[in-house]
Amino acid sequence: MQGNASTATTQPMIPLPHRILKVRRETGDVFSIETQPEGDESDFHFVPGQFNMVYVFGVGEVPLSISGDPARTHTLTHTIRSVGWVTQALKKMKKGDRIGVRGPFGTPWPFQEAAGNDVVIVAGGVGLAPLRPVIYKLLAEREQYGNISILYGARNPDDLLYGKELEKWRGRFDLHVDATVDSAKRGWMGNVGVVTQLIPKAISDPDNTLAMICGPEIMMRFTVNELQKQGIENSNIYLTMERNMKCAIGFCGHCQFGPEFICKDGPVFSYERVRNIFGKREI
Amino acid sequence: MASSPRIGAKYTLDREALQNLIVELTDSGYQVMGPTMRDGAIIYDAVRSIADLPEGWTDDQEGGTYRLEKRLDNALFGYNVGPHSWKKFLFPPRQKLWTAKRSDQGFEIHPEEEEPLRYAFLGVRSCELHAIAIQDKVFMEDAYVDPVYKARRENLLIVAVNCGQAANTCFCVSMNTGPEAKAGFDLALTEVIDNDRHYFVAEAGSERGTGLLEKLSFESADSQEEAAANAAVNRAAEQMGRTLNTQGIRALLQDNPDHPRWDDVAKRCLSCANCTMACPTCFCSTVEDVTDLSGDHAERWRSWDSCFNLDFTYMGGGHTRHSFKSRYRQWMTHKLSTWHDQFDTSGCVGCGRCITWCPEGIDITEEAAAIRKTPKSQEKKK
Ligand SMILES: Cc1cc2nc3c(=O)[nH]c(=O)nc-3n(C[C@H](O)[C@H](O)[C@H](O)COP(=O)(O)OP(=O)(O)OC[C@H]3O[C@@H](n4cnc5c(N)ncnc54)[C@H](O)[C@@H]3O)c2cc1C
Ligand code: SF4
Ligand code: SF4
Ligand code: FES
Repeated sequence: MQGNASTATTQPMIPLPHRILKVRRETGDVFSIETQPEGDESDFHFVPGQFNMVYVFGVGEVPLSISGDPARTHTLTHTIRSVGWVTQALKKMKKGDRIGVRGPFGTPWPFQEAAGNDVVIVAGGVGLAPLRPVIYKLLAEREQYGNISILYGARNPDDLLYGKELEKWRGRFDLHVDATVDSAKRGWMGNVGVVTQLIPKAISDPDNTLAMICGPEIMMRFTVNELQKQGIENSNIYLTMERNMKCAIGFCGHCQFGPEFICKDGPVFSYERVRNIFGKREI
Repeated sequence: MASSPRIGAKYTLDREALQNLIVELTDSGYQVMGPTMRDGAIIYDAVRSIADLPEGWTDDQEGGTYRLEKRLDNALFGYNVGPHSWKKFLFPPRQKLWTAKRSDQGFEIHPEEEEPLRYAFLGVRSCELHAIAIQDKVFMEDAYVDPVYKARRENLLIVAVNCGQAANTCFCVSMNTGPEAKAGFDLALTEVIDNDRHYFVAEAGSERGTGLLEKLSFESADSQEEAAANAAVNRAAEQMGRTLNTQGIRALLQDNPDHPRWDDVAKRCLSCANCTMACPTCFCSTVEDVTDLSGDHAERWRSWDSCFNLDFTYMGGGHTRHSFKSRYRQWMTHKLSTWHDQFDTSGCVGCGRCITWCPEGIDITEEAAAIRKTPKSQEKKK
């Protein structure tokens, strides 16, 4: 991995400057920022599922999943919903501005386990962002997998991320793409209802199907229930967890989730591993 | 004078030799830190001579109380652990991680470089040696290494002191962490006061330790002196004020997140975080990004944090652990149970600080016993 601008192993506490190449509005409060590491090391390698700690000068640092294509190592993309101090500051940034990046951190989605099997991706809201690198990778090595389904739910049609890409994927004959919204305005021709309703249609061979889920915890809970109902084993269900994080390297203790440190043991976990604590109140 | 000192053999040092030890360490460039009295408590701070040690003092500890009392003798180490622990030197309560300056290119980040500090700790108790070993696992032996911790730790010289008495709040015997220092020190001393004689039985645990002994006036300990030192440690073991049954505790706590005792302790707990600040193994921290008025200069600071603080689990508009119940449960379950999953060791060394320094006198040994008494196994989810 020569020339990789990853700071994760050498100086894990020091952000590396990145220059913003592009800011793209995705939905009302969601945008994507594409950056490039500064200096000699111009490549950024990661595996889908990993995240970075992104720093805005003088404002602060937040964990953000990587949402870009792992094969395009010369740029780095995050998709961000602006909710508070740091994410709103990020929203104001323009081409040419600098941000700091520490990472990549965390565990990948289970590609080895998925190989040879059907894959069902279930995303809720901005939860599609950390799964987009998965989709890129699965498509890049399409022949290694069985049926691939992307099931996506959002609050309303305006909240659906990556609209153009969704359309493109929907047009592929080797991909099953299905989206739904909680409430629709006039003009929406698609499904209305929760994303779990899309699951039965997407599963044909439960014993040989691997599921990857990302979304709000409540959505992930219902999704797990539905997948179990369809006969998918706990050990074939993977999800990604989110908690307050101050370091991403196992020091600050904030991300603890029972015995797990989400930053280094996760954020991607098999449901089997966390089932005793997942959904448990205030763990 | 005996022949060259060996690792593991027992020697005797007198009071003067202890004084010389402090001088020797200081002269060889160590900052000697040891027990000293401040504001009615024995804390760890710079020690320049044995006159700085709390000679003739002891402590009386119970749940929620700590009092210094005069001893009848002039022991230099005749007390147990106080509100501070050694972690404040290796893992500073507040620490600058880096500085950033605005530049034409956006900004530049400069890591905080420090001339690695050379500490010598004097008077480290056995439970505290274990606590240091536990923090080593967190900061140096897992996926990532904390460079400041590592630099200070590698330079560290440890003079341990075996406990000759135990506080009411001590339970190192239960945790298998004391009272006798068995590893992890350069030199270990046992203080003996025998009629008119005041001396230390010393054992080197490393070559640095034998090297130190070499520079002091030492004698080989005879069997009587060794027996006196053993008797002191045995006395401490017998005086243990508390016990904690650790059998199967890892599963016990993880299987009982809904035990009614958590509601009970939540009514007493103030969520003040004292226990976590006093605890020698708690490692949690938070970071703060600050800027100066010009906005051209930014810094990141790391400081101790606690799972008892509400903001510890803040996530967009809510907190994962809102109730006191869930915070106490996190603390105790982490200390006694999930720590085993994470670092293959207990997170508790039985030092009793959390009991003494809890304003409500909440007692981890009592809470664990209450859960053990009526365990309700969690219903296994599908
Ligand atoms: C592993 C991981 C991956 C994430 N990936 C993405 C992503 O791809 N896109 C995206 O939009 N968001 C993502 N988030 C959530 C994102 O980190 C928060 O929205 C962000 O921290 C909010 O910061 P703020 O300063 O804007 O908000 P404020 O409300 O001002 O937050 C103050 C501080 O609280 C903490 N905090 C608040 N909300 C969260 C949260 N949801 N999760 C963790 N810490 C929080 C942060 O330390 C933050 O700095 C991810 C979180 C985690 C843990
Ligand atoms: S008990 Fe709380 S403060 Fe102490 S290490 Fe565990 S989570 Fe951190
Ligand atoms: S939990 Fe209490 S007794 Fe155990 S090491 Fe921490 S302060 Fe000492
Ligand atoms: S984010 Fe700090 S320990 Fe995981």
